[in-house]
Amino acid sequence: MTAQSWELLALFLALTLLCVKPLGLYMAKVVAGEPVGPARSSGALERLIYRLCGIDPAAEMGWQRYAIALLVFNALGGVLLYVLQRLQYELPLNPQHFAGVSPDTAFNTAISFITNTNWQSYTPETSLSYLTQMMGLAVQNFLSAATGIAVAVALIRGLARHSARTIGNFWVDLTRVTLYVLLPIAALIAVVLVSQGVIQNFSPYKTVSLLQPVTYPQQRVNAAGKTVTQSVTTDVQTLPMGPVASQEAIKELGTNGGGFFTATSAHPYENPDALTNLIEILAIVLIPAALTYTFGHMVGDTRQGWAVLAAMLILFVPLYVLCNHAEQLGNPRLTALGVNQTASRLQSGGNMEGKEVRFGIAGSTLFATVATATSTGAVDSMHDSYMPLGGLALLFNMMLGEVVFGGVGSGLYSMLIFAIVGVFIAGLMIGRTPEYLGKKIEAFEMKMSSIAILVMPVLVLVGTAVAVSLPAGRAGAFNPGAHGFAEILYAFTSAANNNGSAFAGINAATPFYNITLGLVMWIGRYWPIVAVLAISGSLAAKKRIPVTAGTMPTHGPTFILLLIGTVLLVGALTFVPALALGPIVEHLLLWRH
Amino acid sequence: MNEVPASSARAGGLERRVEPHRDGPGTSVLRPAVMLLLLMTVITGLAYPLAITGIAQVLFPDQANGSLIVRDGRAIGSRLIGQPFSAAGDFWSRPSASTPQPYNGLDSTGSNLGPLNPALLVAVKARIAALRAADPGNTAPIPVDLVTASASGLDPDISIAAADYQAARVARARHLRLATVRRLIAAHARYPWLGVLGEPHVNVLELNLALAAVK
Repeated sequence: MTAQSWELLALFLALTLLCVKPLGLYMAKVVAGEPVGPARSSGALERLIYRLCGIDPAAEMGWQRYAIALLVFNALGGVLLYVLQRLQYELPLNPQHFAGVSPDTAFNTAISFITNTNWQSYTPETSLSYLTQMMGLAVQNFLSAATGIAVAVALIRGLARHSARTIGNFWVDLTRVTLYVLLPIAALIAVVLVSQGVIQNFSPYKTVSLLQPVTYPQQRVNAAGKTVTQSVTTDVQTLPMGPVASQEAIKELGTNGGGFFTATSAHPYENPDALTNLIEILAIVLIPAALTYTFGHMVGDTRQGWAVLAAMLILFVPLYVLCNHAEQLGNPRLTALGVNQTASRLQSGGNMEGKEVRFGIAGSTLFATVATATSTGAVDSMHDSYMPLGGLALLFNMMLGEVVFGGVGSGLYSMLIFAIVGVFIAGLMIGRTPEYLGKKIEAFEMKMSSIAILVMPVLVLVGTAVAVSLPAGRAGAFNPGAHGFAEILYAFTSAANNNGSAFAGINAATPFYNITLGLVMWIGRYWPIVAVLAISGSLAAKKRIPVTAGTMPTHGPTFILLLIGTVLLVGALTFVPALALGPIVEHLLLWRH
Repeated sequence: MNEVPASSARAGGLERRVEPHRDGPGTSVLRPAVMLLLLMTVITGLAYPLAITGIAQVLFPDQANGSLIVRDGRAIGSRLIGQPFSAAGDFWSRPSASTPQPYNGLDSTGSNLGPLNPALLVAVKARIAALRAADPGNTAPIPVDLVTASASGLDPDISIAAADYQAARVARARHLRLATVRRLIAAHARYPWLGVLGEPHVNVLELNLALAAVK
């Protein structure tokens, strides 16, 4: 690792930690229903929404009603998004006159965006209208993020309350999080991004003249119906336009990741320089990190939140170091050809295949590690072209269950489930009834925790096994050998964890992948959510048991290690065999001499 | 969806008393769900992007509209989007994986070739051969960004090392002194801010425009 890579890591961590407490406290206020900011005007909008929707903000819900409201709301969002895509040619703001999206792709994309996955099996710049992007995709960027936060908050309430029948009001949580957390921060980020060159307009695509005409081969079908290759010369370049910045901001802030363009955050119009790159990385991690403080504050002991955050950071840093180190080392096969991959004052060096010069190794690997750790599908470099161990770090980040920060809300609630499993294991070891934050952990919680945690590995491993067993699955692989297997494994890992990034060589724009990955995303999102809400309801109803000398503290180093151990145990034991067939074999092949 | 199971789990059995269902259990979920979705679509999907567009067009019109470079009233490119160059007298951009032509603004993509893929080696060898053929005397190791495809296929930059590598060829082809070309590179070179943020790079289109302006 270069000194610059360490310094960038330090800068990123410092800025993140600076935001944790203020934002965490602010979010605690928002979800507690307290007035925030210039309350008069914003409160008026909130009240208007409740009145129009027939919502009584004072009425709380039990966990089942909370879950039903969430599932119905998300399903309706999916239907709306599907319809918008299919009918976009009938609708305004379609200056390029794109046709409707095909049914299987629209199905996949609708699920992808309501589940906060943002897997992209479509090519946005040649298939989606501005209206579909902003009123379909970007809306779900907000709402799926708010949904995740709502579930996390509901679980925290379950831990914080005692002898209670309710865990909050889903409509109120969703509305307040969207209005008071996501919208203002996204607006701020969007304006800063525009100032650096991220575009924001509704113009048709622009044509500019090239300084030097370019000649290229193009396949055409001639009059006889035969495909012939012709030489074509063009002296113009078409530049895609659109309301990018507003979408870019929430795409990162909501740990969504579906880019306005195919290359997502590698596209210069989405991410024009190193400063926007850092802002986008921070935007991704901001809410997941700060929610740990919200958690500590709401359960009345901020040390509990810091302990969870510490566990996340301890898992994060080594994976970043591994990824960065592998990429900075470069590709030995290129070195053999006389290519200079050494970092210097004049170049970043390293494995630059699939990376942008302005981000180099440091900015690319930090973005990639943060995005895969947080269930953000955005990339600023092409993960498929990473070195085997670099790609392994990214895969493993997801395989840990997206709990290293994790998605907005989903990261925290998944990590708290691991905490419950952790104290259960510890309880078994010392022969005491396990408890967490004064709540007895009993059979019901453990059943639901197992359901929440184990569905993801089942989806990933069974999904990958089915795909590599079928011709339609194998046809998707782009690279040969172990790397092709890794592409398929990555696709199912990404979908089941609602990450959304890809080893993008894989051709997933087929009915087989659109449908299987669509289902995997759907189950991978809502199955754990229902289990988490069930745990929340059960915990809320319990009495709080007083702390005694025999209570295991859940804010100290022992607990942090226990939590990390639990996460690693589940992740590593489940996935090491699959990783051995992919990136590990590839690494051994590459460095065998 | 309509019926809440009344007696299944411990917390659930109690919840009916919590929220009074004036219109029956079905409508009490459906109406808020439909209305909230529509209102949120208007707020986050219409009002928000329109407001940001308004602010952007007033405060930063140049950036918001694509950072275009305009000469004689004609847009000749964007500062942020790379263009392909292959003449000996121009600085070459990075290889682009976009199809069918390199630097196709409608196909932002990387090659997605894995590090062991034989096709990657074939491509890199061809790029090395092209660079060597254009500058036979130059035996220096080639900076990696000049022979690898970018992530977006539209990378506007090359490393300073990659510009230096091409300086002698460009000077020869343009009948300029090497020192003149090096001065141009130095004027366009950007280093990391405070040594941390950013990478050493040169914007190829701007460098080539400056080169063309040298008399």
